[in-house]
This record gives sequence, C-alpha cells and structure tokens, in this order.
Amino acid sequence: MKTGEARKPGILQLRGVRKVFARGTIDEVKALDGIDLVVYERDFITIIGSNGAGKSTLLNIVAGVYPPERGGRVVIGGVNVTNLKEYKRAAYVGRVWQQPEAGTARNLSIEENLSLALLRGQSRGLKLAINRQRRQLFREALAVLGLGLEDRLNTPVGTLSGGQRQALALVMATISRPTILLLDEHIATLDPKTAQTVLQLSDMIIEREKMTAIMVTHNMEIALSYGNRLIMMHKGRIIVDIGEKDKKTLSVADLVTAFGRAAGEQFNDDSILLSDS
Amino acid sequence: MDVGSLLSVSLYEGLVFGLLTIGVYLTFRVLAFPDLGVDGTFPLGGAIAAVLIVAGANPFLATLAAFGSGLGAGLITGLLNTKLRISALLSGILMMVALYSVNLRIMGGGNVPLLRDVTSFDLVAQILGVRGGMALSIAFVLLVVAIFVTGLNWFLRTEIGLSLRATGDNEQMVRGLGASTDRNVLIGCAISNGLVALAGALVAQNQGFSDVGMGIGMIVMGLAAVIIGEGVFRPRRITTILLACLGGTFLYRLFINVALRLGMAPGDLKLITAILVVVVLAIPFIRKKIRGEWMPPAARM
Repeated sequence: MKTGEARKPGILQLRGVRKVFARGTIDEVKALDGIDLVVYERDFITIIGSNGAGKSTLLNIVAGVYPPERGGRVVIGGVNVTNLKEYKRAAYVGRVWQQPEAGTARNLSIEENLSLALLRGQSRGLKLAINRQRRQLFREALAVLGLGLEDRLNTPVGTLSGGQRQALALVMATISRPTILLLDEHIATLDPKTAQTVLQLSDMIIEREKMTAIMVTHNMEIALSYGNRLIMMHKGRIIVDIGEKDKKTLSVADLVTAFGRAAGEQFNDDSILLSDS
Repeated sequence: MDVGSLLSVSLYEGLVFGLLTIGVYLTFRVLAFPDLGVDGTFPLGGAIAAVLIVAGANPFLATLAAFGSGLGAGLITGLLNTKLRISALLSGILMMVALYSVNLRIMGGGNVPLLRDVTSFDLVAQILGVRGGMALSIAFVLLVVAIFVTGLNWFLRTEIGLSLRATGDNEQMVRGLGASTDRNVLIGCAISNGLVALAGALVAQNQGFSDVGMGIGMIVMGLAAVIIGEGVFRPRRITTILLACLGGTFLYRLFINVALRLGMAPGDLKLITAILVVVVLAIPFIRKKIRGEWMPPAARM
C-alpha cells in the first residue's frame, strides 16, 4: 500500500533514519529503527501508533531537536538539513506541541507572540517588532479562527484558555508559511469540545494555506477522517502507509486488522481504541 | 534629616540603584538566568571609573568605560553558561569570585579615593556653573537613567529584543522559531551587567571612593527592589516594567533610609534586606499552607 507513484519529488524525505536513546545502557531504546518516508507537497498525513512507537521522535528528527543516528538523511524542500540545528531549520518547519504552553510565550502579548512567529527563520534586526502593517496582518490571521482574538492583541497569552492558546499556536506555526507543518498530538490535552474545534481549525488552515502537514494522533477515528494519507508506526518502524483512496473506505476495525497483520501481533493497546481526544 | 532630605536621598538612590535593579530584572526575570555576578560587576564598574578618573581621563568617558567593562563581564558569564554548559547560577558565582581578584588588581588595593579628583558630578556642576549638591546629583543621575532606560525600552521592543524577552519565557519555542537562544542569553547578560557596572561607577563617583567591598549584597538588594516593584505597581508592558524597577528601588531605599533614621545600625541592613526578600518570596507558600493547599516539592534550580 504505497502512495505517490509518478508524483513530483517529495517535499520531505527521510532515508534510513534511526534513533537510539541511552545507547549502551540497560535502558537502551531504539526509538526509530530505519524510517524511510517521502512526504509530497500538500500531503496531510496522519500518524498513529501506540506509546513508544516513535511518533514524537520522528517529528523531533524532522524539526531538528536532535539529529538521527549516523547514516540517516533528512531532506526538506531539496535541502539536506540532517545536521542543521533546530533554530537554523525553523524556516522549513512549523510545529504545534501537545501542551498549549509549549507553543506560546505566556508573559508576552498575543501580538508579540505573533510577531516572533512571523519572523520564523528570518534574521531578526533592530526594527521595532510590531508596526501597524504587521498588526493588521495579525488581525486578519486571527479573524480566520473566529474566536475574537483579533480584538485582544494586547492580552498576555498566559491569561488565555488552553484552546485559545492552542489556536494561537496554530496560527503562529503557519503565519510565516513554513515548508511543513507538524502537529504533535496537539489536541490531546484539550477537552473534547475544544479539541474538536482546534482540529477543525487545523484542517481549515491547512486547506486554506495549501500546507503540507503531518499530524500525530492517538485517535483512530481522527486519523481516518482527516488528511489524505495515514501512517501507522510500531516499535520505531512504519508498518502501514495508506493513501487517500484506501483511507476513505477504511474503518477502525480494518485498521486494527491491518495493524495486527503488519506488526505480526495482537493489537491490544486500549489507549488507542478508547481514547476520545 | 527632615522628610524632604529623606525623600531626596531616596530618590537619588532609587535612580542610581534602579539601573542595577533593571539589570537584575533582565537576567532573573527576562532571561530566567539567575546571575549572581552582580556582586562583582558593581564594584568592577566603580573600580574602572575610579582608576580612569585618577589617571586623568574624562569622567564621562570613564563612566562609559565602566559600562563597557560590565558588558564584557556579563558576556563572559553568558559564555560560561552557553558555551561550556556551566549552570547559570554557578557561572554567576564564578564570575563574582573571579571579579573580586580582578577588582583588587585594577585598583591596586582595596580602595581608591576620588575626593581630590573631578568626577562626573563635579564636571556637570562646573559645566552648569553651579555648586554640586543633592539636587544636582539627582538631575544628573536622572539624565543618565533616562538615556539608558529609553534605549533599553526601545531595544526590548525590537525584533531582537522581543526574541530576547521570549527566551526566559519559552526557550524551546524561541529555538523552534529560528532565534538563537544562546545569542539572546549573551546579549541579555551583557546588557544586565553593563547597567550594574554603570550603577557602580556612578555610586563610586558620588560617594568619593571606590571600594572592593561595595558590591556585597547588591544582588539581594536588586531582587528585593524587583519584587517590591512588581508587587506594588503590577506592571504588564515592558515600559511600565522598567519604570516599576525604578519605583521599586525608590521604595526599597526609602524603607532602608527610614530604618536607619529609626536608629537601625547600618551593619544590620543586609540582614533586614535578606529577611525582607525571604518574607516576600515565602508569602505564596505561607498563603497556600494556611489554606491547606498542596505544594509541590522545593525546586533546586
């Protein structure tokens, strides 16, 4: 089940990516065990897998939080970024974390946060960070959310609710149009209703801005109903990679069967099946 | 001392030590980098200014040079942390200890008197053709503070300044957005210590001598002033935060001066200050304790 035959070269390519933590100790973990992945322009991939499958490690490798083991390659937009430090590849990668606090600076105002995000990957100078033109841009970007944040530009982010902060983090991750958007279980800590809202906002922004995105989730329903491609990970490997056509006809039960076949073991992680976020 | 002189002395001290408070604010609050090097950079500024003035340098330039020496010292503290990965706390302590020896070397002893030399305060009086005094000291220090605070207020609202302010808030996010947090720490530490050294240079000139021991307890005073400023004025935007640092220092000095006037021994002041800081820092804990709320275990770093 491979997608992408006869399409243009991938916008993100991972080749032979492995990651080992605590090497040489009894705690040694092969977090990633040989990942080959090509992500094409405008792909919206949902990644699913149990705890410890390597989902977050994969995103961290793409974002450059740490490099892969020797021999692995990460190419974004045709540029080999394998050993590029996180802050130097920021222009390519926008990210929303699981915790709303992680993507925003609480002591700064909404407009100050957005101004930081607007300059993602650009050199920062001695120009005032906020001017009338930028403020206008921020208002427009926030208005899309429909949460009224555009009228609260001076509000410190620390006083916003989790959902509002995550929606803001989403705008911050996309406002400078990075090459790829990473959503790292970004709705997992929100209450179900807010999670739904933020999820729909994510989908809308990805569609509207014609972004390429990878979304990690614990929830099979969500993994199936969003995006054009579904990847399932297990023990540091990609065991299922389903394209748009197959994905539409698939049910959660099919997915469990597919997992069992590919992983060669009984699927028994209740946290995936029962999780409702 | 009547009420008028009590207020004017406190005003003068509030302004000059306010520079130090802003420096402490920059590291402790903005960068979340508890830099204890302040106790060494304050006398460093005094030493540089005093030695240069005695050697015949223009006192204004000597004061600027003191600011520059603080920038350099802060840069080293920042480098210890960012390049050698020494903890922020230890980096500052190492600098404080090292600077003690450096300051003795610079001054060639523990003390440099300035009584016969023309200081910045004397020079301003000469230029204006007036006699020196408290009013003139306040006016001159106010001018210096206005220049530096205006500059800092502008800088902290620039693109670089904003990413610096976000660094202590959410370092991971700042890196994720493509700014070097290491560079921000270096800039922040440099400016912080520059301001502290500037305060040291002004204090030495005004009191007529530089002394190797004049920095003892400065970090605690700076912290006390930051906490008072935040608590009393509850500032939110960066401009008001800087002004609250000055206001907090004024209130702190007023408190100290009143205590002195009530017969407190000068030697006890540092103890009083330390107790003040302990009490203020412990208030949230005590409040929770009374309400019987759960408290997380004590943090070590």
